[in-house]
Amino acid sequence: MKRVWIHQIGAVLRLELKKTALSRRGWWVYILALMPVVLTLLHWLFEMSRSHGHHSLGEDSVVFAGIFLFFYLRGAIFFGCMGIFSNLFRGEMLEKTLHYYYLTPMRRELLVAGKYLSGLSVAMVVFVGSTAASFLMIGRHFGAAWTDYLVHGPGLGQLGSYVLVAALACVGYGAVFLMCGLLFKNPMIPAAVVFVWENLNPFLPTLLKKISVIFYLKNLCPVEVPVPPPFSVMVIDADPTPAWIAVPGLLAVSAIVLVYAAICARQSEISYGE
Amino acid sequence: MSDSLITFASVSKFYGEVLGINKVNLSIPPGITSLVGPNGSGKTTLMNLMTGLIRPTQGEIRVLGIAPEHPERLCRHVGYCTQFDAFPKGLTGRQFIYWFLRTHGMSPAECDQRTEAALEKVGMTEAANRHVAAYSKGMRQRIKLAQAIAHDPQVLVLDEPLNGLDPMARAETIALFQEWGSKGRHVLVSSHILHEVDRISDQVVLLSHGYVVAEGQIQGVRSEVKEQPMQILVRCDHPNVLAARLFQQDHVVEAKISTDHKGLLLRTADADSFYLLLNRVVLDSGLEVESVAPADDDVNSVYQYLIGSEGGTV
Repeated sequence: MKRVWIHQIGAVLRLELKKTALSRRGWWVYILALMPVVLTLLHWLFEMSRSHGHHSLGEDSVVFAGIFLFFYLRGAIFFGCMGIFSNLFRGEMLEKTLHYYYLTPMRRELLVAGKYLSGLSVAMVVFVGSTAASFLMIGRHFGAAWTDYLVHGPGLGQLGSYVLVAALACVGYGAVFLMCGLLFKNPMIPAAVVFVWENLNPFLPTLLKKISVIFYLKNLCPVEVPVPPPFSVMVIDADPTPAWIAVPGLLAVSAIVLVYAAICARQSEISYGE
Repeated sequence: MSDSLITFASVSKFYGEVLGINKVNLSIPPGITSLVGPNGSGKTTLMNLMTGLIRPTQGEIRVLGIAPEHPERLCRHVGYCTQFDAFPKGLTGRQFIYWFLRTHGMSPAECDQRTEAALEKVGMTEAANRHVAAYSKGMRQRIKLAQAIAHDPQVLVLDEPLNGLDPMARAETIALFQEWGSKGRHVLVSSHILHEVDRISDQVVLLSHGYVVAEGQIQGVRSEVKEQPMQILVRCDHPNVLAARLFQQDHVVEAKISTDHKGLLLRTADADSFYLLLNRVVLDSGLEVESVAPADDDVNSVYQYLIGSEGGTV
């Protein structure tokens, strides 16, 4: 039997990429992703021009962990995914083009899957690529020591972890923001709520901490970032969740959110506010 | 319930507290059906409901026996050219048709072939490689139509499809509808160009304020409008003789002899009695009748009688 549904998802994926990849609407997402790459590139060039006073490789490793946690996870990936995924349906509603999809002989669940995969592929390329590029660049000025750190030390393992966490962040936030775009006329409001919740995470009680994406992602990061005072006083420590629970757990939660989004899509109507 | 019909069973749609349509019962057979009514009468709501873009607040809809809640089945048989004048960004006319065909699950070769056929049908082959954003209003209308017919649907739903088309394109588009309708398919058209609707429609559905005011073949609808005397035009050699006899009848409200003295336009409350009387006059007076034809059984007249100026613009 012909697997029509695979062709349909594939068609949506390619059509979405055709419509949105490198579109002017998404320029700020690319800039967000490029910022740390440019920063680490400048850092490399600056350090190369200095003759003495190099800091240690370990310090750069912690600096990158900080950039990853505070810039990528809490900023760039969060807002980038918000821009990409919440527009998949809401953007089409605003542009009055969603009805073209709704008039195709395709289950709405497949439409959600196709659109999600298109958003995910863009987010992955942009943010996972950016994470990998900036990680590889941050210690480049150490030359052979950096190569040795990557090949024989913990470098590649750390890179793998960062890439995995960035990918999981795209998966998790992508699912959440796709659902927001389907449920809310203005996805900025729920996004702001999620943003505040995710950023309050270190200060929340243990039980509440676990109802977030950032908690699991932070636990998967290979290098811990020390919290500076006075914030360190307010931080409530919780037992880290092991990777074998955090990874499938995040994927499962994302799947549940996507199933709910598919149900919403199935029940949704075309209302362009005319 | 027949699988060749489009049926609405007590269907209502409310947008919050605003009425879209109310308790609509319809059974639409194949052929060209026109939806006629003023702005806000519920034409687009009716079309959106039958294509599954919106859901009824209550009631049941079936299109060829399929419920609109199942787009995966319904949209294989339905093409809808909406009135939304928006297109996905960055696509050429050809890509617009091709990629949405791909979402049907067809092979690339089949999509290519259908895309070309659809473009040719609407006369857009030459402009197909240009971006849709660069099209004129008429071209956008035609590319939407091509996209609606590309998968060869059994039911073609068209919301104001003649808008923005020049007279030539309009004539070609109407010919396309007629071709579609003559194949025993459904063509549902909403249009404010009443004389064109009148020319192509097999049946009409008149809507006002969310209610179906009348439905069926236009002559049948007209004959049901009892409170408006029927207008009949008789071309004959002595209209004054006929007029004199007619004035003796209670059912004749008005009779006007045309300026060329070869015609008589009359308004009668009882058309059947008039036809009997006409036979008698012909026999008694030797009147030579060239033609007898109803003068107000067109969509425009029926619209005026049933909806009139209260309805506003069509």
